[in-house]
Amino acid sequence: MKRSLLAASLGAAFAAGPALAADNPGTGILKAQCISCHAIAKPDNMTLDRLWTRKGPDLYYAGSKFNKAWLVKWMQEPVRIRPAGEFYAKHVKAGDKEDVVDESTLTAHVKLSKADAEAVADALMALTGPDGLVAKGAFKGDKVSMAMGAMFFSKLRGCAACHSAKPGTGGASGPELYTAGERLQPDYIYSYIKDPQKVDPHIWMPTLNLAEPDLQRLTGYILQLSASEGK
Amino acid sequence: MNMKTSLRIPAFLPAAALLAAGFMACASAAAGTPYTERALRNYDTYCVQCHGVKRNGRGVNTRDMAVQPRDHSDAKGMGDIPDEEIAHAIKDGGLAVNKSVLMPAWGNVMSDEEIKELVAYLRFVCNCGSTK
Repeated sequence: MKRSLLAASLGAAFAAGPALAADNPGTGILKAQCISCHAIAKPDNMTLDRLWTRKGPDLYYAGSKFNKAWLVKWMQEPVRIRPAGEFYAKHVKAGDKEDVVDESTLTAHVKLSKADAEAVADALMALTGPDGLVAKGAFKGDKVSMAMGAMFFSKLRGCAACHSAKPGTGGASGPELYTAGERLQPDYIYSYIKDPQKVDPHIWMPTLNLAEPDLQRLTGYILQLSASEGK
Repeated sequence: MNMKTSLRIPAFLPAAALLAAGFMACASAAAGTPYTERALRNYDTYCVQCHGVKRNGRGVNTRDMAVQPRDHSDAKGMGDIPDEEIAHAIKDGGLAVNKSVLMPAWGNVMSDEEIKELVAYLRFVCNCGSTK
């Protein structure tokens, strides 16, 4: 299994050759250290079974997803973003009251030097993924009321069931969102909320059929959370 | 479709799944409603985050929830709900059946056929309902 996954990743990486700048030392590090856990080219088998066997989030659209400055910082000092790991189902167990995270199953992420982190971030930002995966310019950038955003996030749309809007509260199966604005590009946040299954097939986040004002409001709220809560 | 009939609190660990498969191979007695591998996999992927590894409504996300998720192991509570309503709640979300917004709509993630299989699986978990 491991070997076939690695072979698939290698094959996929080869197929994605044009997207990876050969003269970038970060590309070499990606291929040497990252592809055993992360796909850097779109896999052929985007099945639910693959979701269970992959070891880390896909990176073949990293350039359309992340903010480079955050990547550089995080790869030097990696901290957990998803309270229950990725994927949550492999890291939870029954507790006294409710299920809890089984910390013993979580492993630390590889840590890079500053120079390597910058090189890898450059290589990752070149991986923009399939055309149309993220709707460029979709988020209009309007400022939203934090009170209104919080009401939609928690009570009206139920996002807080799986995500935390501030440290220590909310759900654990999805990534923390008080750092999302620092980590992610606004149009990626918008596109992911709109149709998570399009970005990451079979992912355990539902597609809520949200109307445009909801998408703008929630994207704006999540971006502003980073400014207010994530520091 | 591969049907499984063993283990009421089902296999959420691969080892347990193997054991169950081994048990199936040498045991002919079927206990409860049969369900598909796909339904079990879908439950473990999408439902466990809130409904829990024990299927008791105490998933890892429930600590801070104002409304607790349905306990799928509760024969009385689950037995009162018709199959169609369970399928409707899964496909269209809690609000569609006058329940909590915290139960999202899964109709864009699972097909009608998968949801039908999931309802059969829930009947197996609760050991209750329309076929009892």
